[in-house]
Order: sequence, then structure tokens, then C-alpha cells
Amino acid sequence: MGDEKLNNQIAEYALRLGDDALVFGQRLCEWCADAPTLEEDIAISNVGLDYLGRARMALQYAGKTLGRTEDELAFLRDSGEFRNLLLVELPRGDFAFSMVRQYLLDEFELLFFAQLCKSKDDTLGAIAAKTVKEVRYHQRRSANWMQRLGLGTQESQARTQAAIDQLWGYMPELFEMDELEASLLQAGIAVDRVELHSKWLDIVSAQFASANLQVPESDWQVVGGRKGVHTEHLGHMLGEMQFLQRAYPGLEW
Amino acid sequence: MSELSPLFEVFLRGRRGLDHIHVGSLHAHDAGQALEYARDTYIRRSEGVSIWVVESKDIHASQESDVASFYDPMDDKAYRHATHYTLPDGVDNM
Repeated sequence: MGDEKLNNQIAEYALRLGDDALVFGQRLCEWCADAPTLEEDIAISNVGLDYLGRARMALQYAGKTLGRTEDELAFLRDSGEFRNLLLVELPRGDFAFSMVRQYLLDEFELLFFAQLCKSKDDTLGAIAAKTVKEVRYHQRRSANWMQRLGLGTQESQARTQAAIDQLWGYMPELFEMDELEASLLQAGIAVDRVELHSKWLDIVSAQFASANLQVPESDWQVVGGRKGVHTEHLGHMLGEMQFLQRAYPGLEW
Repeated sequence: MSELSPLFEVFLRGRRGLDHIHVGSLHAHDAGQALEYARDTYIRRSEGVSIWVVESKDIHASQESDVASFYDPMDDKAYRHATHYTLPDGVDNM
């Protein structure tokens, strides 16, 4: 009985990680054929595909306990059933917005997945080990873009700063622990998000300071993704992402 | 970006011990970014273990118009090729 409860908790945790990756991967793929240059187009799509791969591993794992396939989880749930962070579902905005979001998330993920590698759950640990390698490259790219955009032209600096200001209130959700994650942390399975915050803030602040960018002072925040309370943007995104399976149920390649 | 950023030529080494081979070109703001773009564009499927990038303007190339004086003279001097010579019986491979 205890095992069953634990398995359900782990599945819910994997679902969260899978939804983060799936929704963000979809947002990144929206740049495909629309990026500022051909080179960047390929680069962003590659990053997006890394997220898709991560989503598949996590959703397959969650689905084993939940009794649903990865495709059912991705294409047949409505927005209220998604457990992703609000940050990743926001529309892609301009290039600066997408890169700032990528950078803020990359620095978080480097810390997060380094910890998750030590998880007592072997599958989560293996997913984390694979992910760390990918994130290291993502972070190198997005950190470079912070330098280029922040120290580029007046316009690129202004747009990048505006993106930071718009995104800042979505950051606290990354470091929020609820009952589920606290319980899994006790069991040595989940990561302590709270503990990552000060380190993350130091790294991000230093990077911004060296790129003529400011850490906002505002302290507003929005949360809710983990409970299925989403922004209005997720539904629109799912409308596109799920269209084929909704219009042609069971369709296969 | 193409108007603003220089063109780079990309060379890949497929395996240790092999030479770097030219695989294509791309635009980037500097050599560091060119390496990243090269990684994304040319070695997503483990096609290489090492990348060189060099700005295209730094490559000096022979011209089509030079063909006659550069290469043609070799054709009528068969003795410049090893195959011109009859090998002694003792030499199997050369």
C-alpha cells in the first residue's frame, strides 16, 4: 500500500517534469522556420527537440503508473490537467523574450538536474543524467545571447531588459515546494527547489550585471501550474499541438 | 544577420586520426558563435569529434583563370607520376 502511494507520487512528479519539457519544447518549435536567421532557426529547433526527448522519457515513465501512453498524456489531456510551470507556457514573444526565458530556465535546470542525478529513483536519475549534458549546451548558448543582446544595440538591450521585467514574476514558481515534492524530498527522490534559489539568483545576477542588464526589484509573482491553474495561453497552444489527435482520434503516422 | 555577420567555413574531423574536411559554411557574429552553430548544423548526429571554423575572407583560393598555368603543365610529363616507372619485381606495393 505504501509502495502504491509512493509510485503515484513519483508518477505525478514525472508528469510535472514531462509537462514542463513538452510545453516548452512546443514553444521552442514555434520558432521553426521563423527565427531571425537560418543558423538560429536550426539551433533553436535542436534545443526544442532536446526538450521533446526529455518529455517523452518523463511521460513514458509517468504513464506506466498512470496507465496511459505518452501520446495519450500529451494529446488527450485538457489544459486543467497539465502540470507544467506557467513560465514555459507563455507565448514565445520576440527573440529577446524567448532567449531571456531560455537563459533563466537553463540556469535553473543546471542546478536542478545536477541534484536530480542523485535521486534514489533510478529512472528519474537516468533522465536527469542525460538532461544535464543537454542543458550544459543550452546554457552556454543562452548565456552568450544575454551578452550579445545586453551589450548589443540600445534596442536589443531595451528589449532584453523588458523581457526580464515581464518574466521575473514567473520565477518564484520554479522554487516552490508543495506537499508532494516535500514528501518525495524526504524519500530522497525529489530535489529541494528552495535550496537552489540563492545560488541561482547569484549566477543570474552576475550574468546580468556583466551584460548591462538589471535584476528587477519588483516582487510580484504568479503560480498555479502545478495545480492545473494556467494562463489563458496554454489552451491556445494545446489547440494547435493536439489538433491532429483531436480531429482524427487514434491517427498514426 | 547575413548583412551584419561574417561568413565562416566549417571543417569537421569525423574520427580521431582523420583530417578535417570542409562540410559547408554559415554566418555568425564571431568564431565562438560559429562553432556553436556548426555544432547545431553539422554534428547533431555524431558526425564529428572536432570542428574548425575559419572566416571565409581568410581563405585564399586559386582562380579558375589560373587553371592553364597551374595544373595543365603536369599532364604531358608522365615521368612525374609514379605509374610511369616499371617497378622491380621485388616491390609489390607502391
